[in-house]
Amino acid sequence: MARTAPVNDWATDFDVMDAGYIEDPYAIWDDLRQHCPIAHTDRRGSNWLPTRYDDVTAMAHDVEHFSSIAVAVIPLEGPEPDQPRLQYGLPPISSDPPLHTWTRRLLLPWFSHRRVESYETMTRELCVSLIDSFLDAGEADAAADYAQQIPVRVIARILGVAPELSDTFTGWVRDVLEFADDHDRRVHGMQSLIGYFVTELERRSEEPGDDLLSDLLHSEENGQPVEKSIILGMAGLVLIAGVDTTWSAIGSSLWHLATHPEDRKRLVDEPELMDLAIEELLRAYSPVTMARMVTEDVDYGGCPMKAGDRILMSFPAANRDPEVFEDPDKVVVDRAHNRHVAFGSGIHRCAGSNLARMELRVALEEWLRRIPEFRLAGEDEVAWAGGQVRGPRVLPVVFP
Amino acid sequence: MKIRVDPDKCQGHSRCYGLAPELFSIDDYSQSSVVGDGTVPPELEERATLAIANCPEFAIEEVGG
Repeated sequence: MARTAPVNDWATDFDVMDAGYIEDPYAIWDDLRQHCPIAHTDRRGSNWLPTRYDDVTAMAHDVEHFSSIAVAVIPLEGPEPDQPRLQYGLPPISSDPPLHTWTRRLLLPWFSHRRVESYETMTRELCVSLIDSFLDAGEADAAADYAQQIPVRVIARILGVAPELSDTFTGWVRDVLEFADDHDRRVHGMQSLIGYFVTELERRSEEPGDDLLSDLLHSEENGQPVEKSIILGMAGLVLIAGVDTTWSAIGSSLWHLATHPEDRKRLVDEPELMDLAIEELLRAYSPVTMARMVTEDVDYGGCPMKAGDRILMSFPAANRDPEVFEDPDKVVVDRAHNRHVAFGSGIHRCAGSNLARMELRVALEEWLRRIPEFRLAGEDEVAWAGGQVRGPRVLPVVFP
Repeated sequence: MKIRVDPDKCQGHSRCYGLAPELFSIDDYSQSSVVGDGTVPPELEERATLAIANCPEFAIEEVGG
């Protein structure tokens, strides 16, 4: 866990890497929404933190004032790596139109409903085999042994890379996102990832397969093949965006079910509620915060935002706004009115949302089918990570 | 009851399809559109109302007539 200077005033000096905030941000958001709904800090540059649903969604739609060219919640400080370079960032997530528009269009069919259904059987088999590996022991780390094992293997399949590399991939992604305050570790993670894809793209040019990388290599934009540096960024995005986001959602959901036996029993008894429950767990434990960069000086809601300032788009805080959600801090597994924005809002809506939902549903269905009763091994043993992506990283549970 | 999806507002969240697959169809880019002319059979009106209430982009609306 990163160490940060203590925060005395969340309205003017917030820190999303603060250990207390990572573990329990809800009371802080409540207080900010009432007293200073768009907080500010000068830690790691000038950053704003909107906490109300209406502000977060309005800013997500205003792509002219709030650009996606810098979406990392923790900006990379210190010297940037020289080689290799991601000239175009990670399109489309770190792009504005027009690059955003056509790169997103190339990716979307790989994550359509129809396509995602075709990944469901392998996902279910994977979940079953993971559970088999620890069922008899009567205990497991539901984060490390289960949640963290699922998304990276599904993504590897889509990208057409060997499943044996899953642990290596996971390490790189965590270096980039979770240890973002550690400059060298982050640069190393990014370079390893890019280096891997550079080699893979060379290979796929020669021997194309039925996978996303090969498809991108043979795609055209305006009659021209897509530039390799753009494909490199898109491949990096699919990996980075599809791994710890989804495992955080799976882990948080299992944490909730381990600590709320009444909800767990209800889902075991009424499995037909699963679709609604998944939306509610996504709302209540939204993992992802994305950043935007202010393009020109603008006064927003009384806040004097300057060009180059960053906005931390707290979709998780928006999803706990009492103006929009009745009793927002309570998980209501069959909540009917749930206009949540866990996958963002506007043109950058998570391109992999169908895939994430499928993985979360299958992971919970299989867990509850085999392990209908479980609880935390100990409250103090749970460890959360946060910043860009919040979720449990250590989650020991017992099922005697 | 009759509904429509505003194609300029829809961003492909697919919540409507999840709640009422009989009323919406989703293309390969996750864009939603109403099935047929958007007329909702009485037995599906409750689900149409839920789809309207759950769309994160406010892209579904009831149309007059």
